[in-house]
Amino acid sequence: MSTERAESYPLHRREVAQRLNDTSGDTLIVTGLGSTNWDFTAAGDGPHIFPLWGAMGGAIPMGLGLALAQPDRRVLVCTGDGEALMGIGSLATVAVRAPRNLAICVFDNERYGETGMQATATAHTADLAATAAALGIPVTGTIRDEAELDAALPTIRESDGPVFQVIKVMAERLDFVLPARDGVHLKNRFRLALLGDAGVS
Amino acid sequence: MEWAKDIYAAIKAEGVRQVAYVPDAGHKWLIETCIQDNDITAIPLTTEEEGVALAAGAWLGGDKAVLLMQSSGVGNCINMLSLIQTCRFPFVTFVTMRGQWHEFNPWQMPMGQTTRAALETAGILCEEVEDPADVGPQSAAILHRAFTGQQAAALLLHQRLVPIKTFGK
Repeated sequence: MSTERAESYPLHRREVAQRLNDTSGDTLIVTGLGSTNWDFTAAGDGPHIFPLWGAMGGAIPMGLGLALAQPDRRVLVCTGDGEALMGIGSLATVAVRAPRNLAICVFDNERYGETGMQATATAHTADLAATAAALGIPVTGTIRDEAELDAALPTIRESDGPVFQVIKVMAERLDFVLPARDGVHLKNRFRLALLGDAGVS
Repeated sequence: MEWAKDIYAAIKAEGVRQVAYVPDAGHKWLIETCIQDNDITAIPLTTEEEGVALAAGAWLGGDKAVLLMQSSGVGNCINMLSLIQTCRFPFVTFVTMRGQWHEFNPWQMPMGQTTRAALETAGILCEEVEDPADVGPQSAAILHRAFTGQQAAALLLHQRLVPIKTFGK
């Protein structure tokens, strides 16, 4: 295993986010600390996105609670490999209740991007898709290039889940594109868009 | 443990739809009852902090959720509770206490003795009940405080409410 290999992965995370984002707002999106926040803000910020500026390890269970509350809406969690690893047990939790409307995509650059690009366990030995499958997630896979992403998009968007896809992305340093930081605002804009005035009364 | 029925009645009256838990002997009846309830999704967690994030996600989607855990689990939640405080999510947890009343296991003492301080440091309002007759009213009060008053609240269930565990000694 090489800790350098991710520098030559063909997929660029900002382009992947552009493909996954649903600016119509129909898909409810939770993004994890931290680079996936910037990716989705660049791809088109909006009240359908709840970016986590902290609470590392919380993106997947937060998506689970949302998916259980909104069974008729597609819920998409996009987070990084470091964030997913910190909450890895939550995949077992997801598998137990198994909401069909939940998809989880891990943008795996094999790095802790916000702290200086230190290698995560996926740079060494960890296989997150195999882990998810072993914990009982019914639909899992690893996407390594554009053709595989094209093939997997319908699964991510529509297939009965829970769906878990690892998307291997280039380890690259990119400019920050920051969403709002105020948590109360982020919560209220999401609930207002989803639930109407009753959501913020 | 009639008081557990009073917690169940309170969460039903509040319209709670998601009940996340890490099992505890004191919560056994309540967990089993929630699993059987078709209007509640019961979610077994691998660690308590998942329940904090799950409750926030539930609220984003319009559901009310509560977290059931024992005092040892509070320590697992600390950083995740920043999500509750920063975003001002309503949050309710029912905590069965260890390490305070006929505790057999010294390993339960450190977290049991610091549960309240840890929660309060993390911005969670705490109430503690020892008298079974107070559990129902206190449960209703913290649910109201959270979902109407937009606060985060914990009800600490004193260890004298639960059966004494002796490991056969």
